[in-house]
Amino acid sequence: MRSAVVVFPASNCDQDVARALEKVTGTAPHMVWHADSALPEVDLIVLPGGFSYGDYLRCGAMAAKTAIMADVVRRAGAGTHVLGICNGFQILLETGLLPGAMLPNANVHFVCRDVHLKTERTDTVFTRHYENDALLRIPVAHHEGNYFASDQVLDDLEGSGQIVFRYADENADITEDANPNGARRNIAGLINGRGNVLGMMPHPERAVDDAHGGIDGLPLFRSLLDALS
Amino acid sequence: MKARIHVTLKNGVLDPQGKAIENALKALGFDNVAGVRQGKFLEVDLAPGDAGAAKAQVDDMCQKLLANTVIEDYDIEIEG
Repeated sequence: MRSAVVVFPASNCDQDVARALEKVTGTAPHMVWHADSALPEVDLIVLPGGFSYGDYLRCGAMAAKTAIMADVVRRAGAGTHVLGICNGFQILLETGLLPGAMLPNANVHFVCRDVHLKTERTDTVFTRHYENDALLRIPVAHHEGNYFASDQVLDDLEGSGQIVFRYADENADITEDANPNGARRNIAGLINGRGNVLGMMPHPERAVDDAHGGIDGLPLFRSLLDALS
Repeated sequence: MKARIHVTLKNGVLDPQGKAIENALKALGFDNVAGVRQGKFLEVDLAPGDAGAAKAQVDDMCQKLLANTVIEDYDIEIEG
């Protein structure tokens, strides 16, 4: 599986996700600088976490308008798989590759801790190595993860099975108390209708080694390796 | 020529920062505060030209970058 990680000014999880990809696939990803205008031929493009462009204007807004993102949008349209994590998810929303927008966390605090996630789709290229309804423990670290979309859009997403991860409690119940940021309907991760673009606020690359305190992120990268090799 | 742009959250979109500011104002004793909504104000300097064309251009800027119309409304004033 050939992969690329797009590095924007103030991306800060690019090395973490590169290590996770190399650990699982055995091959280091291409690190593509934001000022480049085109990506190499790859099977997977990752938009990493961080604070691209200092979160100026809105999280992900500036990154979404770069030349390299125009190429990411083109590749996504041609079927290349794209994974956006945290700030990468925010960038995907700002490009319109995924619907909705992010608001500041409902409690106005930066939230940095492990959360539980319920996996609602295990038939995607990104999640095929998870068990149905699997309960994962993966860290979040963000200030703007309060997912917003209109009721109509949310109903459409639920109807078409595009909600992949939801914040849950340790019993896998989807509760308000288990929601770390106020995201509507506890949405933590979304996939597009075609199934080749996934955005998620939690950081699977921070849960791929026992030294991380958990390895629930590993199956996501193994799913990609399995599907895209 | 200057464009002044107000970007505000749409009605019905939660504004956690506005709510926190409201609570802080109340803590300062401003008991009659009934609500706060936080937005953005931008000034864009433009080369002199036709005001109508400038407004259309700034509208395009708002659609493409300055506002996220999923959650935000915007209002444009062109001066001089």
